[in-house]
Amino acid sequence: MIAADLLVAQNVGFGIISLLMIVAALRVVTVNNVVHAALWLVVVLSGAAAQYLLLSAEFVAITQVLVYVGAVMVLFLFGTMLTRARIGAESDLNNKNWALGIPVALLMLGVMSYVIIDGFGSERLIENPGDMEPIPVQVISDDIFGPYLLPFWALSFVLLVAVIGAIVLARKD
Amino acid sequence: MLTTQFLLLGAVLFCIGVYGVLARKNAVMVLMSIELILNSVNINLLAFSVRHGSVDGNTFALYIIAIAAAEVGVGLAMVLLIYRNRRTIALDDLSEMKG
Repeated sequence: MIAADLLVAQNVGFGIISLLMIVAALRVVTVNNVVHAALWLVVVLSGAAAQYLLLSAEFVAITQVLVYVGAVMVLFLFGTMLTRARIGAESDLNNKNWALGIPVALLMLGVMSYVIIDGFGSERLIENPGDMEPIPVQVISDDIFGPYLLPFWALSFVLLVAVIGAIVLARKD
Repeated sequence: MLTTQFLLLGAVLFCIGVYGVLARKNAVMVLMSIELILNSVNINLLAFSVRHGSVDGNTFALYIIAIAAAEVGVGLAMVLLIYRNRRTIALDDLSEMKG
């Protein structure tokens, strides 16, 4: 599937990072310790940032590290420590019929893989990989504040509502 | 690089996230699995952004990151509220809506 002119170095990088991401994601959903799961999630999110760099999306990769690995992970650790008395391993993190999730996930994976491979096959992501250049932030901001200004306003409002809602919900009366 | 490899990586991460949402009982773990799902979508969006030579995929990925941050904030506030009222965040115990 991988021809000689398909940028071997990037393919090797992709393979290593995606293998790491998949193993870490499996650990997130199987490990018996909430703090360890959060730390494995850091590996997945950092790997995703590396994949964004491979896809020449520098600004999104930086935002991913700042927002996800920085802020969201701190929130998760706060949530873990505020809702649990102890930090050690727990045996009852799973549902009673957790095993039903395995066939569901495998079925979905099978259908999606079939559709993806059937639809795209061995199509190149970009005809000449040497043309892939980092997208300047200016272009992204022109896109955000041009055609996608209305979603941006809606998003600002969603964030405002989320901040107020979180304060109202978590406030001690 | 092929289009398929990025889409397949997204699909694998998405299915792992779905399994996590279905199998986990702890509310914080379910939120983490949702983060996995949102990230797999971002990988797909950026792959298609490169494929079509358009910057729109990057814009959508940034919007999804912002939405995910808001979702985690509200979600964890709700989890804290549930914990304060019941001293547990096991989703199995929250069955008042069951008919």
